[in-house]
Amino acid sequence: MACADCDVYRAARLHKLGLQPGPWDHVVALAGNPNTGKSTVFNALTGLRQHTGNWPGKTVARAEGGFAYADRRFQLVDLPGTYSLLSTSPDEEIARDFILFGRPDVTVVVADATRLERNLNLVLQVLEITERAVVCLNLVDEAKRHGIQVDERQLARDLGVPVIPTSARFGRGLPELLAAIAEMAARKVSGFGYRLSQEPLAIRSALADLTTRIEQAYPGLPNARWIAMRLLGGDERVAEALRRGELSALAERAARGTEGVLRESSLPAR
Amino acid sequence: MNPSSPAPAPAPAVEEILAQARRLREGIPGDIHEHLVESLYADAGRIAERSVSRPDRPARPTFDRTLDRIVTSRVWGLPVMLLLFAFMFWLTIAGANVPSQWLAGVLVESGHPWLRGLADAAGFPWWLRGLLVDGVYLSTAWVISVMLPPMAIFFPLFTLLEDFGYIPRVAFNLDALFKRAGAHGKQAMSTMMGFGCNAAGVVSTRIIDSPRERLIAILTNNFALCNGRWPTQILIATIFLGRLVPAHLAGLVSAGAVAGVALLGLGCTFLVAWLLSRTVLKGQVSTFSLELPPYRPPRLWQTLYTSVLDRTLLVLWRAVVFAAPAGAVIWLVANVRLGEGSVAEFLISGMNPFGLALGLNGVILLAYLIAIPANEIVIPTILMLTALVARLAGVGEGAGVMVQSDSPAFVGEVLRAGGWTVLTAVNLMLFSLLHNPCSTTLYTIYKETGSARWTTLAALLPLGMGVALTFGVATVWRLLAS
Repeated sequence: MACADCDVYRAARLHKLGLQPGPWDHVVALAGNPNTGKSTVFNALTGLRQHTGNWPGKTVARAEGGFAYADRRFQLVDLPGTYSLLSTSPDEEIARDFILFGRPDVTVVVADATRLERNLNLVLQVLEITERAVVCLNLVDEAKRHGIQVDERQLARDLGVPVIPTSARFGRGLPELLAAIAEMAARKVSGFGYRLSQEPLAIRSALADLTTRIEQAYPGLPNARWIAMRLLGGDERVAEALRRGELSALAERAARGTEGVLRESSLPAR
Repeated sequence: MNPSSPAPAPAPAVEEILAQARRLREGIPGDIHEHLVESLYADAGRIAERSVSRPDRPARPTFDRTLDRIVTSRVWGLPVMLLLFAFMFWLTIAGANVPSQWLAGVLVESGHPWLRGLADAAGFPWWLRGLLVDGVYLSTAWVISVMLPPMAIFFPLFTLLEDFGYIPRVAFNLDALFKRAGAHGKQAMSTMMGFGCNAAGVVSTRIIDSPRERLIAILTNNFALCNGRWPTQILIATIFLGRLVPAHLAGLVSAGAVAGVALLGLGCTFLVAWLLSRTVLKGQVSTFSLELPPYRPPRLWQTLYTSVLDRTLLVLWRAVVFAAPAGAVIWLVANVRLGEGSVAEFLISGMNPFGLALGLNGVILLAYLIAIPANEIVIPTILMLTALVARLAGVGEGAGVMVQSDSPAFVGEVLRAGGWTVLTAVNLMLFSLLHNPCSTTLYTIYKETGSARWTTLAALLPLGMGVALTFGVATVWRLLAS
């Protein structure tokens, strides 16, 4: 383990690249509820000084920066802070479109340890879209002050993705976060893809039918179930993406990207 | 369709899928969205229960709750907010005086003649020296000495409050008022951003999901006094209104006047939002939940660092970028002759009758035309043009040379020599609040709304209100004075 202040960590592993141009080896998206310290994590990793404020709704557009870690160059995209990916406000759409169509190699979801239950709503929605996610359990110092303890191992088991406790304001946990991002990006580990366990009975069979239909049409699409859910809910943006062929491109890319990589779920045979 | 990209699902398959989705949707009882959200909440609750342990004491420390009970109280919330902001203005006004004088001394008093001498020694022709030294350099020097000190005090104070977590409480206090005006409570956030920069405030309205309420927030954002206008308010209040009372009360009166104008802006926001939501933008008010984050001890040094770097220098740089070419324009209109006098004199005398009817003058109106790109350069432009028209002795050789002064008090002398009264000062403060947004903000509004019509309304609405209000104030003032 390394700490944010050791020379080893600073000199050899992390290079903050700020606004340096690409090319990048990996794209990392940074999602999270408002006011969870997302921008602080972004600044700590990129060395940029994007203004942070203790209030919701501060970041409404995408901010981009970069860092190099363990000889790989990462582009980090800071998405607007949102409580969900379900409604249609412009900031939620920016976040959702990037996670879905931008196909980041890793999506880091920053969650507030002091308000875990509410933050999990977004985490679960992100996990429905992508299994290539890392949960950054931020503000653990604040949680501790309030006497709240989060068992991150239990949480990681339940969610099926790595959970890294951090306190980004003070640089704690960032080396572990970087390591988890790098491992996920290099596809050494993979989440198992969380699925809502208590999906309402009323829609269970409809969802299964539509998912099968979509998987047939787009072999290799990693989030067919999520697409089916959105289509059932009447999401026009996703229907539009389907008509314009954006999903075909996604499925193609997903298929190419997983060639020769062992995954828990094998691709459906053509 | 792009033939080169592989398409596993041809168009008919897509329509088939969509049709199937529609069919299945019809067979599901109730609202699907609600079903999903319910199961999402259930899952989140179940998972959190398994990993979070908390003691049996209240989750929030009592300090937070005590503080919140005061600053978000129905009775004390708004007065505390007003006092806090007035105190910040007072600190800014009181603290900016000395460094402003010092900067003016170095950059204008000593720097300008030195550069003129340098230009002469280098053999510059008079027009090139005029354009560069008397135009570009002098207007830039003025912007820096007038704007830097107040910004370097005000922004860190504001950022400290922000870092501490007070801003969401302001939004909480204003929420009920916004709702009563038919606007979205989240508009309190974009309004707060507007107090920094209206272009940023307009972008931040993206957090509002209802298009109707978002338009209201965009159209009224300009009523939040921005960075470029604070220095105008502070300087004019100090010079003219602070002088009306004994010296020991001057700071308080000036700060009160500035807070009053900011409050008037807030009032205009509610009034216009109310009018819009009852005429062109009718509709339901949406509800939302606002999170009051815990108070966090602000990190002093980091706050100073980021607010100086991100806000102060950024805004100053923007001002300088616009002031430099504006300085050249001012010098040109002052020196290019049109028959009897210069272009500037021609324009100023043309606009003077209208300006005087508004309790302003032709110089101010021309300055606002030149300063459309950035509100920051209004004061330097006014000073240059006033010196030109009044042909003040000893303020420089040749037309369009800005005044050389060693103290901001001298600014007052120049303006009084240009025929300014307390009415001019009051109305300039009002007009600075109520006029068209700067071109950056207008462009942002156009990008966000995608509509030339709304952008035009956003420009003309505050301008119309400004003209009406200043005319009204001037008329009443003159009636009372006579």
